Amino acid sequence: MALQILLNFVLAFAWMFITASFTPSGFAIGFILGLLLVILMRRFFSHRLYLSRVWAIISLTVLFLKELVLSSFQVFRIVIRPNLNLSPAIFELETELTNDWEVTLLSALITLTPGTLVVGISEDQTRLYIHALEFDNVEESVDSIRNTFEKAIREVSRP
Amino acid sequence: MTIANILIVFLISTGVIFSLVTALGLVRFPDVYTRIHAASKSATLGVMSILLGVFLHFLMIEGIFSPQLIIALIFLFITSPVAGHMIGRASYMTGIPVADETVQDDLSRVVEEKKKQN
Repeated sequence: MALQILLNFVLAFAWMFITASFTPSGFAIGFILGLLLVILMRRFFSHRLYLSRVWAIISLTVLFLKELVLSSFQVFRIVIRPNLNLSPAIFELETELTNDWEVTLLSALITLTPGTLVVGISEDQTRLYIHALEFDNVEESVDSIRNTFEKAIREVSRP
Repeated sequence: MTIANILIVFLISTGVIFSLVTALGLVRFPDVYTRIHAASKSATLGVMSILLGVFLHFLMIEGIFSPQLIIALIFLFITSPVAGHMIGRASYMTGIPVADETVQDDLSRVVEEKKKQN
């Protein structure tokens, strides 16, 4: 991914030197032309095109923001309820992610998800211990949300 | 101009409401873990939308672009879930009990085993 971006920048600078226009618009045109070249030459790279990974990162960020807003509204609903009537629980969740940064990102995402908070990670980093605000109605939805999160993170880290 | 004003007023009042929700949650929730829920989510969104409102005010009305506000927003977004996690973990490891309503506790078994090994 880094190699492709670097190549794209080099092509953009080459375009600027060819046309002798050292302006932001000259750079932008060179970058777009270089991008077209990188797309044309994609069968010579060992990894996938970097655009798809950039897109995966953008969609993960949008997912993150959406979950933050949803979880704040859920806490809002619980707090203004006359009778709190909570049923908190700490449950275990196995993850298939292996890299350190992936596990960190997953736990940050889970912490900002409606009604869940990571309170511990096992020594071998395969299990997360999650404190849920309302156990009965949350566990299934948490499972589905976790699947979407894990899938989004795997989509980013796929080579 | 009016659209900008409406947007700014909406963002800042949302932020204030969510900060209020955080304070209410800190008072009303039974134990430290449920309080972290309130403090780490609503407070993040509250302060973030206040910062965004201030940024838009300076950008659209005063005509000043201030990147420090954007940087503060991103830093807050990255650090606050980690802070919530660390406070929760530290309080569990030092043995602060969970609330009586708690239904299930998988972590206690693991902590017990670890204590036996040491």
